[in-house]
Amino acid sequence: MTDITALPGGKSPWQSAARFGLYTLLLIFAAYYILPLIVVLSTSMKDLDEIRNGTLLSLPAEINFDAWGYAWNEACIGVSCTGLKPYFWNSVAMTIPAVTISTLLGALTGFSLTKFKFKGANLIFAMILFGCFIPFQVVLLPMAQSLGFLGVANTVPGLVLVHIVYGLPFTVLFFRNYYVNIPDDLIKAATIDGAGFFMIFWRIMLPLSPPIIVVTVIWQFTQIWNDFLFGASFTTGGGQPVTVALNNLVNTTTGVKQYNVDMAAALITAAPTLAVYVLAGRYFVRGLTAGSVKG
Amino acid sequence: MKKLTHKLAVSTALVSSLILGAVNVQAQPTAEVLHYWTSGGEAKAVKALKEDFEANGGKWLDAPVAGGGGDAQAAVLRSRVLSGNPPAAVQIKGPNIQEWAEAGALGDLTKLGEQEGWDNVLPPLLQDIVKHDGKYVAVPVNIHRVDWIWVNPEALAKVDGEPPRTWDEFNALADKLQAAGIIPLAHGGQPWQDATVFETVALGLGGAEFFNKAFVELDADTLKSDTMIKVFDQMRKMRGYVDADFPGRDWNLATSMVMRGEAAMQIMGDWAKGEFIAAGKEPGKDFLCIPTPSKGGYILNSDSFAMFNVTNDDDKAGQELLARLILGEKFQETFNLYKGSIPARMGVSAEKFDECAVKSMVDLQASSEAGSLVGSVAHEIAASGAVRGAVLDVVTEHFNSNMTSEAAVARLAESIELAE
Amino acid sequence: MTQKSIPAKQPLLDWLRRNVAKLVVAPTFALMIFFVYGFIAWTGYISLTKSKMLPSYSFEGFYQYIRLWKMTPWNVAMENLLIFGGLFILVSIVLGCLLAIALDQRVRAEGVLRTIYLYPMAISFIITGTAWKWILNPGLGIQNTVRSWGWESFSFDWLINSEMAVYTLVIAAVWQSSGFVMALFLAALRGVDSEIIKAAYLDGASLSRIYLVIILPTLRPVFLSCFFILTHLAVKSFDLVVALTGGGPGYSTILPANFMYEMTFRRNQIGLGAASAIMMLATVMAIVIPYLYSELREKKHD
Repeated sequence: MTDITALPGGKSPWQSAARFGLYTLLLIFAAYYILPLIVVLSTSMKDLDEIRNGTLLSLPAEINFDAWGYAWNEACIGVSCTGLKPYFWNSVAMTIPAVTISTLLGALTGFSLTKFKFKGANLIFAMILFGCFIPFQVVLLPMAQSLGFLGVANTVPGLVLVHIVYGLPFTVLFFRNYYVNIPDDLIKAATIDGAGFFMIFWRIMLPLSPPIIVVTVIWQFTQIWNDFLFGASFTTGGGQPVTVALNNLVNTTTGVKQYNVDMAAALITAAPTLAVYVLAGRYFVRGLTAGSVKG
Repeated sequence: MKKLTHKLAVSTALVSSLILGAVNVQAQPTAEVLHYWTSGGEAKAVKALKEDFEANGGKWLDAPVAGGGGDAQAAVLRSRVLSGNPPAAVQIKGPNIQEWAEAGALGDLTKLGEQEGWDNVLPPLLQDIVKHDGKYVAVPVNIHRVDWIWVNPEALAKVDGEPPRTWDEFNALADKLQAAGIIPLAHGGQPWQDATVFETVALGLGGAEFFNKAFVELDADTLKSDTMIKVFDQMRKMRGYVDADFPGRDWNLATSMVMRGEAAMQIMGDWAKGEFIAAGKEPGKDFLCIPTPSKGGYILNSDSFAMFNVTNDDDKAGQELLARLILGEKFQETFNLYKGSIPARMGVSAEKFDECAVKSMVDLQASSEAGSLVGSVAHEIAASGAVRGAVLDVVTEHFNSNMTSEAAVARLAESIELAE
Repeated sequence: MTQKSIPAKQPLLDWLRRNVAKLVVAPTFALMIFFVYGFIAWTGYISLTKSKMLPSYSFEGFYQYIRLWKMTPWNVAMENLLIFGGLFILVSIVLGCLLAIALDQRVRAEGVLRTIYLYPMAISFIITGTAWKWILNPGLGIQNTVRSWGWESFSFDWLINSEMAVYTLVIAAVWQSSGFVMALFLAALRGVDSEIIKAAYLDGASLSRIYLVIILPTLRPVFLSCFFILTHLAVKSFDLVVALTGGGPGYSTILPANFMYEMTFRRNQIGLGAASAIMMLATVMAIVIPYLYSELREKKHD
């Protein structure tokens, strides 16, 4: 912790001014970050007349969650008026296995690459890491063919596979950089005691890992939940994730554009990731502190 | 989590019904329908098709892909075809049908077509679109007219304006409206909207022969001709008649500007009428439909469903049922009443259609006989995706910058050449 | 290998034991070889064909690349990538770093502020784009609001201005990612030994000097991580363009990913799309590979 006030010198007028400047800066940026959320939130609670007559930044006259219920249960997506509900559960069914498997594989791979430095481990790491930079549009066509070949085209398991594959470079990056700072002596001692690979992983590495697991899970959860491109390209109809359904909902109008419903739907879609960030944000920073970003 | 267990239960039930169903010989017509009709009148229209399909014992699997007039749909279609699992029926149109057919991806409906006598009820122009090598591979749903001006009569009355018959009259009227503080032209900000205006101007100033020579034959001299320069000059004028906030605006929001009287006119195909009707407006009273100035021209756009290669009997039965319903008189009528278009097949009674649709029917017949009927470029009837895209690029760049008309025609010729 | 060799009783088991680390890496590596490198190779080959509607495999040479670089939209897209990518990465890092330093001054309500800075990362580009589209729209958002407060001549119309629209992408993308960068820097600052700073302060070094000369250089690995994550996000910004500007006005804000998507799926030019994808990859590689190389080589000295 770096702290000016803790430094010797006491509270001079200059320092008070600096504090004032500091808070001003922090609050200005807080406004920049919070503005879109306020716009979306307040619009979702207005009724249509209020939206039409007021300005974008005005607050709703009364708190009203009608649009939320409508977006969840009744809004039309194409010809079926089911709301976002079924698609939301599709996303859950897709995200949980994809996050779990990619995190586990990332942990095992990171462990192998750092604690059993075989020949070429760094090259392999670099090659895996390169996967972070592949633009996903590039893989759409060959992926479609591969999914068809594997018989999982247009299914949730197919999407799970896609997300595991393109999440791995990140999970490996996180775990590898975390494990690299764990002293090798721990592993050596355990090996001498006769513990095998999985035993060491289970008994020594995993108990040390919660901070980086938090970071990885948050990252993967956010990326996979928010994906639009893969969902839109590889699924149709009832199997689509909620982000794609959101886009369909926003573009489905029957006469009048219901901005409040659109905004409520956007917030419902974002709710799980928002909750994760707000609730786990503290652990996130702590996990990063624990060494994950020390390249 | 309850939902998840519920999902599991449903899928188990599905699997067991599949096994049991195998004993059942009768195929249940099933069709997965990939479409991008999710807005206003379109959504109602496709719902009518679904209900009709289900009333005839079919199982409809809805696969809507919203946004961008099919931009998003194109990716999912390609991915489904490459994965060897195409949807049964897909909303595609124009030269795309031919390209998919050449790639061997489409099924054959010729037998059904013979039974139903499609050759006798479909206008020749549409037959050309939905047939490949003499075989029916798609069915047309409707005929849209692109070259319409949608007018708010109150706004026009405020300046004592008359519906324009030439582009000079259009400009004079627009100037008057502008002076009165009314936005003359409601316009949205996507390249295809710019191109929609562009093609009506091109037809109006150049005529059908010029239009086809430029955009179908892609003749370089015509593309660089003085007439084309004049077309771009008029586009520059049109830009001045549009309000400043148009970029990024959807077409239906532009339509509602006309409804509210904020703007006086919009140049858009007759799907815009669906928006007026959905908002409870009456043609001839709350809004007027006037063809854009041209000598009896007509720019045609037609939606259709292509039937992809499917292997199982349920899907095949589904395709046939869908095709039969789509070209049936009853569906042609209900659907097109919602959608704002006119029936694709001949012999549907005009009785229930409004004055705009009736005018469209009459003008279609007349222009077809006079040879002034052209396919839309902006809506992918006259030109393939690549050529259409090249035209859109140049038109939208010119419309959104200070490019001169001379530079625009040079770029147009170059861009089209590169696209081929 | 740090494992002690175990006397072999069964050759197979022993082999397994010795190679277990490699075997564990193998599935991940195999997935990468197939789904990353295999697909790149496939795309590379397709870029040398005249594939149109569907992939075709007859070799045609560099025809698509020649065509590609003659196309104005492609050149616009590449230029936008440089402007957008460069500004996005630079501004996110500078802003993130600045906010982290500010938050690290034992401020009140740090938890709340941190959450506010960080939450945009939780939201998808589709929603980000939609929200900013409203805020930046002159007729609806900031411009309209400020004018309604009485400042009639206020003008903020970047979104609808061909010259400036690409910077609205930067505004929205920075909004989304800089909080995350802030978190990375904050975490690292918490790890800096405060004794060193006190000592420097007692020696009479000014605060800005302490940060610039002593603290920031120790954060080098964080800059690297940020660079990686931001490059990844910049390349991925396809959705943001679609939701915020739709590529417009005209095509003034398209990025190479949007160009590639349009060509491949909308204009039935799979070969051209593949060529543009390879050019995109080449651009990314030119930046990333030297970095990766220097980073991993350095590791050996640890």
